[in-house]
Amino acid sequence: MLKMENIHMQVNNDSGEDIEILKGINIEFAKGKVYAITGPNGGGKSSIAKVIMGIYRHSKGRILLNGEDISELSLTERAMKGIGYAFQQPTRFKGLTIGSILKIASPEADPMHIRKYLRDVGLCPEDYLDRDLGAGLSGGEIKRIEMAQLLLRSPLISIFDEPEAGVDLWTIQKLLGLILSRYKNNTTKTAVIITHNEKIIPMCDEILVVDGGVITAQGTPKEIWHLIKDDIECKVRYQCQGDVIYDIK
Amino acid sequence: MILNKLDMDLLNTIADIKGVPSGALNVRLNGTAVLRQSSPNIMVGPNADGSGLLVEIKPGTHDETVHVPVILTQAGLQDKVYNTFIVGEGADATIIAGCGIHNESHAVSQHDGIHEIIVKAGAKLKYTEKHYGEGSPAGKRVLNPTTIITVHAGGSAELEMVQIKGVDNTIRSTVAHVHEKGSLKIIERLLTQDEQQAESDIEIILEGSDSTAQVLSRAVAQGQSYQVFRAVLIGKESCLGHVECDAILMDKARIKSIPELQAEKADAVLTHEAAIGKIAGEQLIKLMSLGLTEDDAVNTILEGFLR
Ligand SMILES: Nc1ncnc2c1ncn2[C@@H]1O[C@H](COP(=O)(O)OP(=O)(O)OP(=O)(O)O)[C@@H](O)[C@H]1O
Ligand SMILES: [Mg+2]
Repeated sequence: MLKMENIHMQVNNDSGEDIEILKGINIEFAKGKVYAITGPNGGGKSSIAKVIMGIYRHSKGRILLNGEDISELSLTERAMKGIGYAFQQPTRFKGLTIGSILKIASPEADPMHIRKYLRDVGLCPEDYLDRDLGAGLSGGEIKRIEMAQLLLRSPLISIFDEPEAGVDLWTIQKLLGLILSRYKNNTTKTAVIITHNEKIIPMCDEILVVDGGVITAQGTPKEIWHLIKDDIECKVRYQCQGDVIYDIK
Repeated sequence: MILNKLDMDLLNTIADIKGVPSGALNVRLNGTAVLRQSSPNIMVGPNADGSGLLVEIKPGTHDETVHVPVILTQAGLQDKVYNTFIVGEGADATIIAGCGIHNESHAVSQHDGIHEIIVKAGAKLKYTEKHYGEGSPAGKRVLNPTTIITVHAGGSAELEMVQIKGVDNTIRSTVAHVHEKGSLKIIERLLTQDEQQAESDIEIILEGSDSTAQVLSRAVAQGQSYQVFRAVLIGKESCLGHVECDAILMDKARIKSIPELQAEKADAVLTHEAAIGKIAGEQLIKLMSLGLTEDDAVNTILEGFLR
């Protein structure tokens, strides 16, 4: 359904040089499946999501949505076409209420619906709808509101960036259940969960490991989960080479 | 009815008035009162020298509102008014003021409103003042409000002062005296566009022990406009005062924020926070990722910010 063909992406670093972050990503996300993307910090997971969403522009390759090349489409256009992203670090707004951001996320949603999704992410609508999406919210609260927006929008492809980060155990289990039941075997849609959580990863249909801007492993949990764990440990050891304290083996 | 459609639209914009509200009221149109009524608890009448209004809210009045909007539709008119509001002991009331100017000419239409507000002991006041201008770009709309407020012991006041848009020039002056256990909150929201200029001077003197004051200023400056925000907090006794100034700057606009804290007692706690910047790129991106166009995203952010 969504296909990335040989995607390269570069950014301008602080010293003004171009550095390549994604170095030839090939993925096809099929409808009716839930994907886990994992890999070490700085590997390129969020960058993949942002390239799909159109926040970062790729320098090479193509992105296809149901066969249509969306490479040239803007962020807004991609959102309208059915791409959705729940940010790893949600943005705070002064003066925008939770109710209004949910209304923006899904203009045609009725109030009942909006309340339902707030409850789904473990927030009582009465307490939260009129609250500011500003500095007053806790890290876990704003993260849950971020996910409620994407669940409410329910686009063709929903990318959740580290939904577990800062979210309590009970809520994340409920959310995961919701994502799995909604997207597994869905006839038109798909979900991607970027995660480091070892409970979430094996529950997905397929796992992708991103490291150094490339996909280093891909397969079903059965095929690769045990391998991945070892791989990541190797990577950590490699990163800390020379620093004996961190030699975990 | 003396008020036509244009007048009613202006009244709706600045005071949320649709039709004539029940309760105490004074509508000033082009320098004269065209509608005036008192209620059993709120007396609305002329002041002693005839230069404006005297509004007296009886002690103990509970949850009542008085509307005192001003509209100017006669081009080139320079209107000046002195109003006094007295909120009696223990009363709890809302004053809705505000001024709307419609000017289709090349001339300057100006309204200077001097409001003296006395909040008696234990009284509670909410005061709202919205300013709005419209008409031809050749004409000028000038609004210079002066507010002098005294909050007596245990009283509280919340002033919400908003410049919606269309005001070419404004000099806003607010002086407040807050006595023992009194509290004051000033919320100011200003939008300037094009070549408009706005200056706001707020001075709060915390006279009594355990008095508190809070100033929240939100400003959006677009085009070539220029805003100056000056806030002076003077703590004479043990008190709590905080000024917060947040501004969004766009295009070629400029904003200057000048805080001044003056503590005259060791347990006067006065703080100040100011942030001026452009619209955060990440906020735009977030809203666009929800399907808004860039323009809609900017408007949503500004509306929220000035809400
Ligand atoms: N705008 C940017 N400017 C400079 N470097 C960037 C930018 N965006 C990403 N990077 C770099 O690209 C690499 C990949 O970042 P990305 O956010 O995709 O990692 P990630 O896999 O999501 O990591 P994490 O698990 O920590 O969230 C990092 O080294 C990061 O520093
Ligand atoms: Mg990331």
